[in-house]
Amino acid sequence: MATHAATHDHHDEKPQGFLDRWLFTTNHKDIGTLYLVFSFTMVCIGAAMSGVIRAELMKPGLQLVQPYFFNEMTTMHALVMIFGAIMPAFVGLANWMVPLMIGAPDMALPRMNNWSFWILPFAFVLLLSTLFMPGGAPAGGWTMYPPLVLQGGNGIAFMIFAIHLMGISSIMGAINIIATILNMRAPGMDLLKMPVFVWSWLITAFLLIAVLPVLAGAVTMLLTDKYFGTSFFNAAGGGDPVMYQHIFWFFGHPEVYIMILPAFGIISEIVPTFARKPLFGYKAMVYALACIAFLSFIVWAHHMFTVGMPLGGELFFMYATMLIAVPTGVKVFNWLTTMWRGSLTFETPMLWAIAFVILFTIGGFSGVMTAVVPADFQYQDTYFVVAHFHYVLVTGALFSIIGAIYYWWPKWTGRMYNDKWGKIHFWWSVVFANVLFFPQHFLGLAGMPRRIPDYNVAFADFNFISSIGAFGMFFTPFMFFFILWHSKRHGAKADARAWDGARGLEWTVPSPAPYHTFSTPPLVDDSLLAHGDVSH
Amino acid sequence: MAQQGAYYVPHGSKWPIVGSVGLFTTVVGAAHWINGNDGWRWVMFAGLAILLSMVVGWFGSVIRESVGGMYNRQVDSSFRMGMIWFIFSEVMFFGAFFGALFYARSLSVPWLGGEGHGAITHDVLWSNFTATWPTNGPGDIGGAFQTMGPWGIPLLNTLLLLSSGVTVTIAHHALRAGQRRKLLGFLAATVLLGAVFLFFQAHEYIEAYTHLNLTLQSGIYGSTFFMLTGFHGLHVTLGAIMLTVIWFRCAKGHFDKENHFGFEAVAWYWHFVDFVWLGLFMFVYVL
Repeated sequence: MATHAATHDHHDEKPQGFLDRWLFTTNHKDIGTLYLVFSFTMVCIGAAMSGVIRAELMKPGLQLVQPYFFNEMTTMHALVMIFGAIMPAFVGLANWMVPLMIGAPDMALPRMNNWSFWILPFAFVLLLSTLFMPGGAPAGGWTMYPPLVLQGGNGIAFMIFAIHLMGISSIMGAINIIATILNMRAPGMDLLKMPVFVWSWLITAFLLIAVLPVLAGAVTMLLTDKYFGTSFFNAAGGGDPVMYQHIFWFFGHPEVYIMILPAFGIISEIVPTFARKPLFGYKAMVYALACIAFLSFIVWAHHMFTVGMPLGGELFFMYATMLIAVPTGVKVFNWLTTMWRGSLTFETPMLWAIAFVILFTIGGFSGVMTAVVPADFQYQDTYFVVAHFHYVLVTGALFSIIGAIYYWWPKWTGRMYNDKWGKIHFWWSVVFANVLFFPQHFLGLAGMPRRIPDYNVAFADFNFISSIGAFGMFFTPFMFFFILWHSKRHGAKADARAWDGARGLEWTVPSPAPYHTFSTPPLVDDSLLAHGDVSH
Repeated sequence: MAQQGAYYVPHGSKWPIVGSVGLFTTVVGAAHWINGNDGWRWVMFAGLAILLSMVVGWFGSVIRESVGGMYNRQVDSSFRMGMIWFIFSEVMFFGAFFGALFYARSLSVPWLGGEGHGAITHDVLWSNFTATWPTNGPGDIGGAFQTMGPWGIPLLNTLLLLSSGVTVTIAHHALRAGQRRKLLGFLAATVLLGAVFLFFQAHEYIEAYTHLNLTLQSGIYGSTFFMLTGFHGLHVTLGAIMLTVIWFRCAKGHFDKENHFGFEAVAWYWHFVDFVWLGLFMFVYVL
């Protein structure tokens, strides 16, 4: 290797110049940062759209926007938040942390890593440009059900191609993560010694590669149905609109686990650190992840109980769905038992993690409720479902991402942040998120339909409360940005092991982590690892 | 080199961003074009040209680095995993279209014909429709059509692709045995078999459009038939181009008995394309 050192860049130095550093980069830390910055931008855009939605819904009647524009907002809010905010944030965290956690110098395929990221901004320019087109942005819901979605304007083709690009990006990112985890581990980092965050990403990456091509196929059929006269989803030609729903949700259900399994991994890192105890039941945690991933492939039709399926299908998908509560219960139990009799302290990341455990579990419970077929006939397409998946995705996935950033920020920047401000950010978010989403359960149970800009006056009070919560939430991105910006400028220096209970290889390198870490494989000492199943 | 314990991290590259610009230009052009703005097709072609330059440039630098001996065993292993998982993603892509075919044939078309007690669409909208396969649906979308029998050109194409799987394997063995002439000969034969397959496939499409009135618009049968065979044909085309590139690399002596991952990756891809065709032959043509 030494003989070749002269043929490429010196590894200890950052590339000079903005373009070299950010556009042509092969560095997993820079690419991780790009993903996170991109995700933050998309969170702000998506939040602005939800602002339109909540402002319109604050009072009954139509006051601010036209119904069609309202529908564009609900559709685009979902697409932006799912594909632009949550997924890229997790990929960014994987980029930053997986190589550091397994003792690798970088991702396995660093140039492809660059491409995975740099497709995304183009994909979202394409998607967001539809807002300014004749016929407007897609307005048929993020699930893009035909025939409704096919009645959209010119924007439909752009949306479909944007989804193709996002799919290419995610598939390449996932291939990279799998290759990194399987091929780049330091000697001694056996599979069952890997941090749970790494395990969660190994499984998530598999899900991504398995289902995003199916989404690509589904939207390709939409494209040909709209523009080339095929009849996949047209009953007159022997096709079936319900067929789209099956193909879409074969992607869509694993997709929701793609957005939560990495969160499980994050919580499994944060909780042991601040409980100062090894993770309880490490192997059970890993097997539960694998089990959830397997089950995610055989439950898709619980999204379509009311569409008219044979009874046998309804029963199968109901019971399979309920089974998921078992491995998920294992996970929640193990987080609690990790905290049980631990030397708990409540720094900012721990608060987010504990809030995750409680609030995600609420989202999980409402998920079990919607899994019950006869009850789901009442819940389907109401605000109850909206409340359910926002508990899972906002107080679940998003809170875990914020917790992860607070947890690893000292490692990334070498700076601590103001813990008191972090806690204010936390309590502000947790209060307003609940004010925002909890009343939506009641609205849904009372029968308020989702995706409709107007409603019966009977729903007025809870909608008003919910909108108050939303307006409170709009301050949080600014708070978060300010706390991090202030830390970067004025924060106290962080130690290599920024949290005294922290275990794992990432805490053995200096803070901030050098631009190139582990240019030779590190020695993996079991006592450094974060869980109890290794011999000490 | 892996034994010395050092990792290899490649330097930065401009090709990924060129690729992104190429993809973006291509789809913007294509989206405007299919929305009826014909002039934009040139934008799409420009995008494709950018993409092509990216592929040539990116692979070019990887080949230079590989031939220059900069890669170690670990890099080789990463490339292998990348290719395997890429092929897996392709399998899942075809899975979506096969899924559509199976769903239509065994569920939705029979329901449309009145089978099952939940088939209200039949009672309310299409009570005259009897479920058959092939079908273009109760609306007779695209008009009456005939299908392509399996035992003519499709059978011949099956034999061609299966033989190409054999010839590429013989070429691989020849590469490992260091028999250069045999390698080049059988690899060329593989490309040729792929090209003949594509020729017959094109012939079949012309036949379908001109004589059988079987088109993309022929209801669910035409949709599944042309989308499955079309995407497969596209993959055969790409595979044949990749094999051709590998032929030239073999001729230039890029590979030796041990190190020839480029060859193997393309051979894997070719077998994958072969495998998909067997599924197509069974479920689209024969059954």
